Amino acid sequence: MYDVVIIGAGIMGTFIARELSRYKLRIAVLEKSNDVANATTKANSAIVHSGYDAKVGSLKAKFNVLGNPMFDKVCEELDVPLRRIDSLVLAFNEDEMTTIGELYERGISNGLKKITLIDKEQVASLEPNLNKTVLGALRTTDCGIVGPFELAVALAENAMDNGAELFLNNEVKSIDKVSEGYIVHTNEGSYKAKYLVNCAGVHADEINNMVAKESFRIKPRRGQYFVLDKSAGNLVNSVVFQCPTSMGKGVLVLPTVHGNLLVGPDSQDIDVKDNFDTTLDDLENVKLVARKTIINIPFDKVITSFVGLRATPDTGDFVIGEAGDAKGFINVAGIESPGLSASPAIALHVVELLKSISGGFEEKKDFNPIRRKLTRFYELSEQEKTEAIKRDPRYGRVICRCENITEGEIVDVIHRKAGARTVDGVKRRTRPGMGRCQGGFCGPRVIEILSRELGINMLDVVKDGVSSKILDKETKGI
Amino acid sequence: MYDIIVIGGGPAGLAAAIEAKKNGIDSILVIERDRELGGILQQCIHNGFGLHVFKEELTGPEYAEKFINELKELGIEYKLDSMVLNITEDKKVDFINSIDGYVSVKTKAIILAMGCRERTRGAIGIAGARPAGVFTAGAAQRFLNMEGYMVGKTVVILGSGDIGLIMARRLTLEGAKVKVVLERMPHPGGLTRNIVQCLDDYNIPLRLAHTVTSIKGKDRVEGVTIVAIDKSGSIIPGSEEYMECDTLILSVGLIPENELTENAGIAIDPATKGAYVNEAMETSQEGVFACGNVVHVHDLVDYVTEESRLAGRSAARYINDELRASAKAVRTKQGNGIGYIVPQFIRTENLLGGVNLFMRVRSVYSNSKLVVKADGRIIKEIKRSHMIPSEMERVQLSKEVLAAADIKELAIEVMEVEQ
Repeated sequence: MYDVVIIGAGIMGTFIARELSRYKLRIAVLEKSNDVANATTKANSAIVHSGYDAKVGSLKAKFNVLGNPMFDKVCEELDVPLRRIDSLVLAFNEDEMTTIGELYERGISNGLKKITLIDKEQVASLEPNLNKTVLGALRTTDCGIVGPFELAVALAENAMDNGAELFLNNEVKSIDKVSEGYIVHTNEGSYKAKYLVNCAGVHADEINNMVAKESFRIKPRRGQYFVLDKSAGNLVNSVVFQCPTSMGKGVLVLPTVHGNLLVGPDSQDIDVKDNFDTTLDDLENVKLVARKTIINIPFDKVITSFVGLRATPDTGDFVIGEAGDAKGFINVAGIESPGLSASPAIALHVVELLKSISGGFEEKKDFNPIRRKLTRFYELSEQEKTEAIKRDPRYGRVICRCENITEGEIVDVIHRKAGARTVDGVKRRTRPGMGRCQGGFCGPRVIEILSRELGINMLDVVKDGVSSKILDKETKGI
Repeated sequence: MYDIIVIGGGPAGLAAAIEAKKNGIDSILVIERDRELGGILQQCIHNGFGLHVFKEELTGPEYAEKFINELKELGIEYKLDSMVLNITEDKKVDFINSIDGYVSVKTKAIILAMGCRERTRGAIGIAGARPAGVFTAGAAQRFLNMEGYMVGKTVVILGSGDIGLIMARRLTLEGAKVKVVLERMPHPGGLTRNIVQCLDDYNIPLRLAHTVTSIKGKDRVEGVTIVAIDKSGSIIPGSEEYMECDTLILSVGLIPENELTENAGIAIDPATKGAYVNEAMETSQEGVFACGNVVHVHDLVDYVTEESRLAGRSAARYINDELRASAKAVRTKQGNGIGYIVPQFIRTENLLGGVNLFMRVRSVYSNSKLVVKADGRIIKEIKRSHMIPSEMERVQLSKEVLAAADIKELAIEVMEVEQ
């Protein structure tokens, strides 16, 4: 019997698990995929928003503004990359000047302090590469960029270090209501819990409907992005937004926390929930719209493109709280943008909610908020590199030459709790294959390391999903 | 302190190191990132190497072995599994490996021989899903020929570059069905002999002016969307066609791997994506030389060897103070129909004999000539019955021709020959 079963190991599920692991509770996280952070959390703009965009009084506004300042501490504790940078919303005409004025007012109403309107000259001095037709901008200085999947992986690891259990490859099929709580049936087994937390992302409505009556629907909204080579990463210093217009939100141009340039997303409502396919025409359109911000974005430096799925609810706001007709069943649904930014505050809110429902939890004396630091070999000093190789010679063997990732780093992320089991899992945790060769050179070596460290056949190593086998069979031999 | 550090132990680095040694330089270190010397040749188990250099047909590993043996016989020091992290302006090379740890060592000259990498799916913008089963041709080749694994059963190959063609045959011999090789351009990307020996001989269709726009498949590739391309390079509307396959192999070009070069502040030619070099294969930084595919992508390894020997010889001359840095340089310039020319600068005074200019034409030419102009004046014409972008062109000029006049710019262009 678990005290709490969390459905979904994205940013929300892992964050709530980690915050609950401060208490003397039995916690299980059920994840249908073979890795954490494998849907919406792995593909988004990776921004810690300031909080001027969401409507005054909405849950989005409330948790965004509360969540933003919490990132520094949690990223420090869990050794997750975070960089505080400015955000700019650009205005190119008088209408847009009015819009940024309204956004400014909304920001003030939402409680923002580090928000100003700046003129054309100030914009040019902050961002010399923007199109010169900019008239002015809304500037915030408390925006941030973060590694979203690194954060979820770190949260999962820290939650497990503090006793939470993670069950991958467990897709929830049905839920029974019983007198003490709930029994969750997955393709792998059954899990009994006093309380359920629904963090199932684009599938959260389906989970809700297994327990409670339908009260919201998730209609995924697809966004497509380009990732550009690190040599283009300095094109902008801030997260650069366009003004929302009747034609849509516009696309962003921003540096990533690892120094690449990210351009996107667009926005399309789609019917199929797990459709991660990019489309040629829409990607072309992203380029076109982005050129409004910077005319000469070097799209010849694109290293990959990807799709993000927003878990857009039909209610217009986050759906957070106990379902009216299902006691002890908490929905954390419709967590679309600014969901990542709001996640720390939502997690704390859910903990408080569960405490009030249950009558309180007892704190663990030995809760450890610190995750053992990753060795990021390339960032070490000469002295530290020498010591790292002396400690473990595998740090002297570079596997990924684009990102300079060593064998030591790859082995480490395989053997951690919530560790990597797939080629993409290794890539998300420590970046081999993220660079310009996209795994051309390091792919075979990563497969070999996974096979060796997990004690599985090379033929059974998968790229990402459970059936995504890379190799077919052994060659004929000579 | 070394006299010469060679970065890369593939065909370029090996030939350069050996040649430098033969020219009297004793203190040489070759740094190789892979587990063995020979570079990409080790996975090229087909034959066809060495026709120019050795006058015999060798496989890739055989070609490499000749150089590896010679390197060892000459007692040239080398490090395997070693990655150069950084080179500095004062010629300090930082590298790491598991045995020596972090090593920082000074040298009088550096020879860059890091080779190239493959263009990827992202770089050519194929949309759709991101399943397993999409490989660059070189990666697939490594899996088959070095690791001993097949990558799929039914294969579509995009790109008719040489590795793509070689892989079409190799996969067929291993029992896979190669359904088609697609080429975006209206002409093949690889050598004619490879079209014949790798496709025609195995009845594998080559469809020119076609490409892949989208990939389908949740976990593993299930199929690809193929389109036709018109003369202007655009997709022909309505030409979409779906083809089932479980594997897509990309052979869509090679890019010189110049991160170290760029980080060291060495100037890169946008036309080659390699360093600008002079007649001595010396880069914009004195005493730093470059050769092989890191300078420009070659069609034959034999030419890599030739160019790298020049780099090795030049590095020896540099150390012996026989190269005049201040000598006046002639700039070479790609004229009409020429994609690039290497070297980009010629300091006539430093030439021992003549100079070989390597270049690629931009499209297919029949009955044409290469016209060499010195400051606008024609000094040489070479007739060519057939020229294609996939095969490098070479123009030899003697020192006398160059020294005769006070030339500033040497342009080469393609002209049609009137019938």
